[in-house]
Amino acid sequence: MIDLSTTYLGLRLKNPLVASASPLSKKVANAQRLEEAGAAALVMYSLFEEQIINESHALDHYLSRGTESFAEALSYYPDLPHYNLEPDQYLEHLHRIKQAVSIPVIGSLNGVSPGHWVEYAHKIEQAGADALELNIYYLPTDPYLNSAELEEIYLTLVREVRAQIRIPIAVKLSPFFTALPYMARRFANSGANGLVLFNRFYQPDLDLEQLEVVPTVHLSTSHDLLVPLRWIAILSGQIAADFALSGGVHTAQDTLKAMMAGAKVAMMASTLLANGIGRVTDILRDLRSWMEEHEYVSIEQMQGSMNQHAVAEPAAFERANYMRALNTFDNRLP
Amino acid sequence: MLHPWVTLDGNEAAASIAHRLSEVIAIYPITPSTPMGEFADSWSAANQPNLWGSVPLVIEMQSEGGAAGAIHGALQTGALATTFTASQGLLLMIPNMYKIAGELTATVIHVASRAIAAQGLSIFGDHADIMAVRATGWALLSSSNVQEAHDMALIAHAATLQARVPFIHFFDGYRTSHELNMVEPLSDDILRAMIDDNLIHAHRARALSPDHPIIRGTAQNPDVYFQARESVNPYYIACPQIVQQTMDQLAGLIGRQYRLFEYTGAPDAERVIVVMGSGAEAARETANYLVAHGERVGVLTVHLYRPFSVEHFLKALPATTQAIAVLDRTKEPGSAGEPLYLDVLAALNESDSNVRPPRVIAGRYGLSSKEFTPAMVKAIFDELGQPRPKQHFMVGIDDDVTHLSLAYDPSFSIEDPAIMQCVFWGLGADGTVGANKDSIKIIGESPDTYAQGYFVYDSKKSGSVTVSHVRFGPHPIRAPYLISQAQFVACHQFTFLERIDVLRYAAHGATFLLNTPYGPQDVWPQLPAEVQQEIRDKQLRFFVIDANKVAQDQGMGGRINRIMQTCFFAIGSGVPRDEAIDKIKHSIEKTYGKRGASVVRQNLAAVDQTLENLYEVDVAQVATAANSVLLNGAPGSVRRPAVPEAAPQFVKQVLAPMIVGDGDSLPVSLLPVDGTYPTGTSQWEKRNLALEIPVWDADLCIQCGKCSFVCPHAVIRTKVYPAEALEGAPATFHTAEARFKEFPGMHYTLQVSPEDCTGCGLCIEACPVKDKRHVGRKAINMAPQPPLREQERTNWEFFLQVPDQQPGQLNLGTIKNSQLMIPLFEFSGACSGCGETPYIKLATQLFGDRMVIANATGCSSIYGGNLPTTPYTVNGVGRGPAWSNSLFEDNAEFGLGMRLTIDKQHEYAQELLHHNANLLGQDLVTALTSADQTTDAGIAAQRERVVLLKQQLQVALAQPGAPSELHNLFSLSDALVRKSVWIIGGDGWAYDIGFGGLDHVLASGRNVKVLVLDTEVYSNTGGQSSKATPLAAVAKFAARGKALPKKDLGLLAMAYGNIYVARIAMGADDQQTLRAFVEAEAYNGPALIIAYSHCIAHGIDMRKGLEQQKLAVQSGAWPLYRYNPGLASTAQATFILDSKPPSVPLAQYFGNETRFRMLAMSDPQRAEELLHLAQAQVASRWHSLEQLVAQQHGGAA
Repeated sequence: MIDLSTTYLGLRLKNPLVASASPLSKKVANAQRLEEAGAAALVMYSLFEEQIINESHALDHYLSRGTESFAEALSYYPDLPHYNLEPDQYLEHLHRIKQAVSIPVIGSLNGVSPGHWVEYAHKIEQAGADALELNIYYLPTDPYLNSAELEEIYLTLVREVRAQIRIPIAVKLSPFFTALPYMARRFANSGANGLVLFNRFYQPDLDLEQLEVVPTVHLSTSHDLLVPLRWIAILSGQIAADFALSGGVHTAQDTLKAMMAGAKVAMMASTLLANGIGRVTDILRDLRSWMEEHEYVSIEQMQGSMNQHAVAEPAAFERANYMRALNTFDNRLP
Repeated sequence: MLHPWVTLDGNEAAASIAHRLSEVIAIYPITPSTPMGEFADSWSAANQPNLWGSVPLVIEMQSEGGAAGAIHGALQTGALATTFTASQGLLLMIPNMYKIAGELTATVIHVASRAIAAQGLSIFGDHADIMAVRATGWALLSSSNVQEAHDMALIAHAATLQARVPFIHFFDGYRTSHELNMVEPLSDDILRAMIDDNLIHAHRARALSPDHPIIRGTAQNPDVYFQARESVNPYYIACPQIVQQTMDQLAGLIGRQYRLFEYTGAPDAERVIVVMGSGAEAARETANYLVAHGERVGVLTVHLYRPFSVEHFLKALPATTQAIAVLDRTKEPGSAGEPLYLDVLAALNESDSNVRPPRVIAGRYGLSSKEFTPAMVKAIFDELGQPRPKQHFMVGIDDDVTHLSLAYDPSFSIEDPAIMQCVFWGLGADGTVGANKDSIKIIGESPDTYAQGYFVYDSKKSGSVTVSHVRFGPHPIRAPYLISQAQFVACHQFTFLERIDVLRYAAHGATFLLNTPYGPQDVWPQLPAEVQQEIRDKQLRFFVIDANKVAQDQGMGGRINRIMQTCFFAIGSGVPRDEAIDKIKHSIEKTYGKRGASVVRQNLAAVDQTLENLYEVDVAQVATAANSVLLNGAPGSVRRPAVPEAAPQFVKQVLAPMIVGDGDSLPVSLLPVDGTYPTGTSQWEKRNLALEIPVWDADLCIQCGKCSFVCPHAVIRTKVYPAEALEGAPATFHTAEARFKEFPGMHYTLQVSPEDCTGCGLCIEACPVKDKRHVGRKAINMAPQPPLREQERTNWEFFLQVPDQQPGQLNLGTIKNSQLMIPLFEFSGACSGCGETPYIKLATQLFGDRMVIANATGCSSIYGGNLPTTPYTVNGVGRGPAWSNSLFEDNAEFGLGMRLTIDKQHEYAQELLHHNANLLGQDLVTALTSADQTTDAGIAAQRERVVLLKQQLQVALAQPGAPSELHNLFSLSDALVRKSVWIIGGDGWAYDIGFGGLDHVLASGRNVKVLVLDTEVYSNTGGQSSKATPLAAVAKFAARGKALPKKDLGLLAMAYGNIYVARIAMGADDQQTLRAFVEAEAYNGPALIIAYSHCIAHGIDMRKGLEQQKLAVQSGAWPLYRYNPGLASTAQATFILDSKPPSVPLAQYFGNETRFRMLAMSDPQRAEELLHLAQAQVASRWHSLEQLVAQQHGGAA
C-alpha cells in the first residue's frame, strides 16, 4: 500500500497535492469538487486589502459626487443599508467553504498596511482557516528604498502576524531576493512555519496597436517548475520550515520532482484552470502508478531525496550548473 | 411621552407620518416634494412597517396623473392611500381630485407647495399650486414650519377618516420642505391614539368588492346632477369642527394646541395680518416683537383654508381689529383680488356683528420663495396704520411699474442676540452643505440647544455655488428667512472673492474664515480691495486655512467639507473645541462607516490635521504692511465685474446682477413682460471653473475633429481660413496647415475657450493621436488654467473674429467637416463632462440656423434655459435655434404644434405667392414655390430669394391701394424657408410621462425630429428609475436593482413603419451618430434618435464617459442601429444594425458603473441573478435584431 500522506505546516495531509490560491475557490461548489477530486488542502484566493480600500474610496466618491449642489437633485442614489466593503464577504465565504469540506482550508492575505495585515490575519483565523498564507507582493519602484529597509518591512510584518494568531503561517515569496537563503532563514526565524516558492506575478504587456500598457495573465507550464525546484532543493535541507512548491506543477512527474527536491506539498492552479478540477484525480493516479512502477512506498520516503545535501553533486544546483548548461549548448553549435 | 427632539426637514417630517399611516403609496418625482416619495420608498425597501405592522406598498407611476389615478383606485378598493407632489404635478392630479372628493373619500396628499410655470418655470415655493385646486372639494390644511409639517400631517390623516373629505396637507416648498429644524417627533403610540380603527373599517366597508357589489361613478343627467352635487354639504359643514376636535385631541396628547385660525399678538390688536404658510411664522415672530415694543398688532394664521369656516375665522379675529392686511403667496392676474383676500372679504361680509367692519387690504409676497422677512412684516403693519394704505400691494420687490410695492427698512431685525447666525459659501462639489447639515445635527444633539439650517443653491449643474444659512442657540428657532447679519461667515473657495461679495452677510465684529492657498502673512495683498475694505470697516476677525492642501495630503481631492467644519467648530460654533471634535469624529464614523474603514480613517485624519493649519490673521499688522507695499506701486486687485464691458446692455443691466447673486434688487420694469429673453448670453458669464484646460499641439494633431465633437461645453472650436486672416494674430496664437482636401493651402486652428471650459477631459480621451516619443501625450493635453488664462483669452477673442464656415459650402458627412461649423449651443451649466450636451451641440452645428426647439422639462431644459444666462446662441448673421419649454408631459405635442404652424404658414405663403404672381413676377414665384431645400445650399438660395421677395413687397406696399394680403405675405415670407422642428427631452419624458404624446406625434407622420437624451434615469430630480432604466441598475425607487427590462422605445417606434429611428452612442461610433442626425433631418417625416447619454447618475468617472459608451455597445447593452423608411423604395436596406455582435461580457460594462456595482456590494446574490437575466436579455435582443436584418434580406430576395 503506497502512502501518499505528507505533513505541511503541521497539518496532516492525505497527499501532497494542494490547490493554490486561484479564482476556483470563489465558489463553494468548486471547493467541494476539489476535495472530491482528491486535493489534500485548499488555499483560498487572496484577500487584497488594497482592493478593499480602493472600492471603499470609489464608492464614497461616487455616492458623494454631485450631491448637495443642485437644488432639484441633492443626491443621486438610494441609501442602501449595507455594503460589503470590509473583508466580511471574504470571511463569510471562507467560513462557508470550511463548513462544506473536510480538507484543511488555508486563508490567503495580501495587505498593504501593517495594522491591517494583523487585523485581517486575526479575522481569517477566527473565520476558521487552518493556516494562513501571507502573500507578500510589493513592487518597489522608489530608487531611494533600499533592499535592507524593504526586507525589514517584510520580516516585521511576519513577526507581528505571528504574535497575534495561533494557526500556522506560510509566507509566499518572490523569487527576486538578492540573498534568498538568507531571507528564507529570517522568515523562518520570524515565525513562518512554511515558505511557498514562488509567487507568480502578473506582468504588464505593451499593446503595439493601441500603444497601451495592458495586463496579462499567462498560465504556467511545467517549464516554470525549474526555478522553484532548484531553490527548494537548495533551501529545504538548510531552513527549518516546510516548503511548498508553487508554479509549474502540472503532472505527477512535476509533483515527484517537487517532493524529491524537498517540498512538503506541490501546489497547482494553472493546470486546474486549463484542464478542469478533475486533473487532480489524474495526477494522483499517475503519481501512484509511477511510485508503484519505481517501487516507492511513501511520499515521505522521497521528500528531500534529491535536495542539495542529498545529491551526489551539490554543485549541480549552483553556478557550476550554469557553466555546464552553456557548455552543453556550445557543443551543439556547428 | 414624547421622544427627544430630532433634526428633520419638512419633507421628512411629513413623510414620516404618511408612511406610517398608509397602505398604498403612489409616487412620482417632482421638485420640491421628491424627497417625500424617496423617503417612503426607502423605508418600505428597508421593510419599515406602517402603524399596523405591514410594510406600505410603494409604486412609482409614469406621471402625477398616473399617481392620482392609482390612488383613486386604491381608495376605491379600500386602502389607506397617499401620494406626494407639487406644482404642475398637483395640476395633473386635478381631474382625479374632483372625483375623489365627489365620492367623499378619505385620503391625504402631502404637497410641498411650489410656483406654477407661467412666464418662466420656477421650482421654488409659493401657493399657486394650492390655489389652483381650491375648487376641487379637498380640504386644504397648511403648515407654517417643520414641526407643523409633522403635526398637521397627522391631523390631516386623522381628520379625513372622520370627515370623509379628502385632505391636502401643504407646506412651503424649500422654505419648509428643505429647512432643517428641530422637531419633537410623534411616536407610534401617539399616532395610534389619534387614528380611530373603526373609521378605517368604515372606509374599507365603503370599498368596491364583488362580495358586496355597488356601482360608483355613474353618469348623471340634468335631472339629478345638481341635487347630488349638493348632497355633500353636511360633510363640508362638519369638516372644520372635526379638524378642530382633532387638533384638540392632539393637544391633549402632546401639549401643542393648534386652531383652524390661530391668532398671535396683542389681544386688543388694531392691525392684523392674515397669512398662511411659512410667511405666517415670520409674521407671528415680528408681531410678538412689536407687541413687546408696545404696538397693537397681531397675526391670524390660517391652518384650515378649505373648507373655510367663516364662523371660526370671525371668532379668531380680535374684536378690536380696525385694519387687516391679507397676504397671498400667489398671483391671480385679472382677479378682483387673490383668493385668501376674497375669502376674508366674504367672511367679514357674512359677519352679523354691528361693529364697523375693519378695513381690508390685500398684498402679495414671497412668490417663488422670494424672501419674506420681519422688515417686510413691519412695513405691512406700518402700512396698515396709514390713513390710505396701499391696496393690492406687493412686498419684497421693487414694483416700479404699477408702484404698488411697499418700501421697507432692510436693517430692521428682530433676531435674538442669543442665536448664533452663520453663513457658509461653498462650491457644490466641496461638500459644504452636507457638512453643515451634519453640524446642525451635532449641535442639535447638545442639551437645550436648537439649530436650523437652510441652503441656497444656484441653478448650475457644474461649479454651482451654495450658501448655507445656519442658526443655533438656546431657544427653538423660528426664522423662516435668510440670515442677513451673520456673526460667522466662511468662504470655502478663494476664487469666490474675485466675483462675489461674500461678506455682505457679515455683521460688525463677525468672524470671517477663508479657505485660501495663502498663509496669514501673505493673504492680505491677494484679497480684492473691496474685501479688504469690508474686513476693516466691519472690524472682522479673520482666519485662514489651506483646506485644499490638508485635503490633498489626505488624498481627499477637493472634498474639504470636514476640514472646514472642524474650523467652524473651533472658532465659530461656541461649542467647546474638544467636545466638538469628538462629535465630528463620531459623526464621521456614523456617516461613512458603511463606506468602509479606510474612508472613515481618511476623514478622521483630515480632522486631526486641520487645527494646526488654521491661523488667525493679524489684520492691523498685515494691512499696514500691505499698504506700504501698495504705496510703493504694487497694483491692488479689485473684484471682477460680473460680465465683460463688451456685453450687451441687457446682459449688463439685467443678467449681470443675477450672476453675482443680486437678482433680488432688479425692479419689475427691467424684466421682460412675457418671459422672452435674448439667446446667446452664456458667452458673457465667464465662470473660470477649470483648474486645467486642454492645450492643442498643432504638430501632433491630425485635425480629425473628435475632441471638438465630444466637447460638452463647446469650448473647443476649429476653423479653416486663408492666411490673410492671421493678420494681427497674437504671438501665441497657434496655426497649422489645413489637412482638408477641400481647402488646399489654407490654415487650421483648434482653439479652446479657457474661461468657459469645465476641465472635464472628455476631449483628451477622444483624441486618437499618441506622441510616438511619449505615448502618454496626445494632440490635446490638459495644462493648468491660471497661467494660460490671459493668453488663451486673447487667442480666443482673435479666433472668434476669424471668418466662420458658412452652411452649404462643405459636405458635413465627416466628423472633421462637421466640426468646422459653428456650434449654436455653448457654455451651458450642465455637469462637467455631460453626456447629453454633445448631441445637442452637434444638432445645432448641422441645422442650428433653422431649428425651432421644443424642450421637455428636465436636465436639458435647465442647462438649456435656466437664468441667468442661456447657451443657445446665434451665428454670424444672427440666425440660431429658437427654443421653448412648455411642460414635462406635453413636449412632443408642443413640438408638433410648432410644426403645424410652420407647415400652415408655409402653405399660406405659397398660396399668397400664387395669388400675386402677376405682381411679383411668375419667375420669382415659381422659384420660391418649387425651391429644392433639401441641402444647405438650397436653403441659402431660398433665403436670397426671400430677400428679393421682401424688397419687391416693400416697393409694392409703398403704392397706394396695395392689396392687404401683401402685408400678410410680407409677414409670412420667412416661412418660405425650410425650418426644422426638434423635440428634445430626456428618458423620463419620452419613456414615461410624455410617452402617450410622443407616440401620437410620431404616428402623426409630421416632419418632426425627436432627440431622446437617454440617461436611463430621471437625472434632473436626482436619479429616480424610469422605464428606460436597465435591468440590474440601482436607482431611486429601484433600490434593490431594477428587476424589469428597459423599454425598447426604438422598436416600438419602428413598428409603425414610417418613422426614422436611430439608436446612437457617440462614444462608440461617432460617425454613426453624425450619420443618424443627417439622415433624420433629411427624412421627410417623423424621426426619433435615442442617444446614449452617460450621466453623473451612473456613478462613473465622467472623463471615461465615452469609453463607457463603447463598452455599452460592445457588451450588447446598447446596440446601435438605424431604420430609415425612406430607403424602402430603393435597393438599400431600411434597417442597418450598426454595431457588432456582443463581444464583451455585460459584467465588464456593469463593473465600471456605481449604479450596478453598489448592488453587487450590497446584495451580491441578487446582483448575480439580475446580471444573469440581463445577460440573457442581451442575447435575446441581439437575436431579435439579427432577425430584423435577416427578414429584410429575405424580403428583398
